[in-house]
Amino acid sequence: MGAELGIYKSCVSARSTDKEILKHAQDGGIVTQLFGFALDEGIIDGAIVAATKEFAHKHPEKAMMDNSNMEFHEPWRPIPVVVTTKADMLAAAGTKYNISPNVSLIKEATRSFGLDKVGIVGTPCQMQAIRKGQLYPIGLRDVGASIALAVGIFCMENFPYQSILQLVEDHAAMKLESVKKMEIGKGKFWVYGKRGQVVQLPLKVTHKYEQPGCHVCLDYVANLADVSTGSVGSPDGWSTVFVRSKIGDSVWGKAMAAGCFETQPIEKVKPGLELVTKLANEKISKNKKTLEERATFGVAKALRNPYI
Amino acid sequence: MADKITVGYTHLSGCTGCTVALADNYAGLLTLLDKYVDLKYMPTLADARHVQKVDVSFVEGSCCINDKLAVEELKETREKSAVVVALGGCACYGNITRFSRGGQQNQPAHEAFLPIGDIIKVDVYIPGCAPTPQMIRNVAVMAYLLLKGTKEQKDLATAFLKPLMMAAQKGTTACFCDLMTDVINQGLCMGCGSCAAACPVRAITHEYGKPQGVRDLCIKCGACYNQCPRSWFSFDVVSNYEAINEAIMAALQ
Repeated sequence: MGAELGIYKSCVSARSTDKEILKHAQDGGIVTQLFGFALDEGIIDGAIVAATKEFAHKHPEKAMMDNSNMEFHEPWRPIPVVVTTKADMLAAAGTKYNISPNVSLIKEATRSFGLDKVGIVGTPCQMQAIRKGQLYPIGLRDVGASIALAVGIFCMENFPYQSILQLVEDHAAMKLESVKKMEIGKGKFWVYGKRGQVVQLPLKVTHKYEQPGCHVCLDYVANLADVSTGSVGSPDGWSTVFVRSKIGDSVWGKAMAAGCFETQPIEKVKPGLELVTKLANEKISKNKKTLEERATFGVAKALRNPYI
Repeated sequence: MADKITVGYTHLSGCTGCTVALADNYAGLLTLLDKYVDLKYMPTLADARHVQKVDVSFVEGSCCINDKLAVEELKETREKSAVVVALGGCACYGNITRFSRGGQQNQPAHEAFLPIGDIIKVDVYIPGCAPTPQMIRNVAVMAYLLLKGTKEQKDLATAFLKPLMMAAQKGTTACFCDLMTDVINQGLCMGCGSCAAACPVRAITHEYGKPQGVRDLCIKCGACYNQCPRSWFSFDVVSNYEAINEAIMAALQ
């Protein structure tokens, strides 16, 4: 196909040089480090990230209002928050593997949070939402030009909260409250407990729990982000990074010059871009097929195709 | 001067918020008027107020069918314009001028206000209450490129305006519930949050990553549905966001 990795200016394998960040990070700590640097440099005034209840309890004023989540009692439920310090950023680090509607705060960040330059992290579909919002700002007055850094994360699919609950508590037989980290890698869904236990589930088990909206998505590596990153392609503890836009190039260049990241050429690492390309193609062809099937799903009735 | 497009602005039953949004382009509006747009008539911002023959006319507000003058002006606008743009939630969908919307008491008067698409054929929608200055700006620049640009620019403008033309064909009703029927119930919502961000009356929150709307607050402006990346999405246009944004900004320098 050739377009599966999107347009990018450079691609490296990288990890943060900050030991504290690496301790909390999902992989190479790219998002936390990059936003932390952008905050220090004044490139952004704050960022929209996915935190959890522990953070929201401490800082309810920074969390998204949600009628179904007033008490913040559910473990591992992502809560979109606006963070303005490195410490807050660190507290929100790590992947949650269920839906965090980060874009819902994009206007509010420029209003009651008073940010002029907003950073946002999100999945490929959320990057699409951001860019549609910049070109077609139907309900996003004065927001487009305030988006100063959009970091995308690789995404094969996402799960509703109830799916994660089922996967962890039923299939992996672990209390969600006792989970330290979740991860998808090497063809498995991994659940790490706080007491050191590790459970792995084959992805065959997890597939039926994916949210349906993910099955029409044609973007694996966040093609529309300024910088996109994910674990796939890089060794454990490192992340693959695509630098895509002019903004991304400028911020990444400055962060490199400031010594924020340790990098290796992507050509030198295993499994490298070959695996990223393979997975991207798998996702895109599978979902293109889903879109085709939707067109003839019923008897003379199609399911809607959002793409024009 | 000859290269400008001619534009008119018909003001029906709207609150002037759309006019203000247009004016809130500040220097950008002056550049538009300097270089690209010859504003032939407009109640608030121009001396001439009566409908004239133009390339593009913007219509603000819904149409009160008990007001003969309003109906006549709307029909005349259609006859004299090559392209009619419904500007804002009222012109597109009736918005708060319609029956019991946004928590208003039931008033008989509401029954008389129709979205303009119920009376004339509309070519392009700019939904939202109020529509944003940037959206009006982008559509104005694209309308210019469509009529006066090179072949390449015409193609870009056509692609850009296509979803807004499709919105005009889709109909004259909008609601938060469009997200339910056409996005969530079609298995397309992935929980990005765009709808909640776009809602001007904070009627939308997210429960477990899916939108929840307060129907009594919804004013039916169409912002949420049209902002949603899974209502319509054009890879041809949005993938080139960087170049298009730059071109629009450069055009307004």
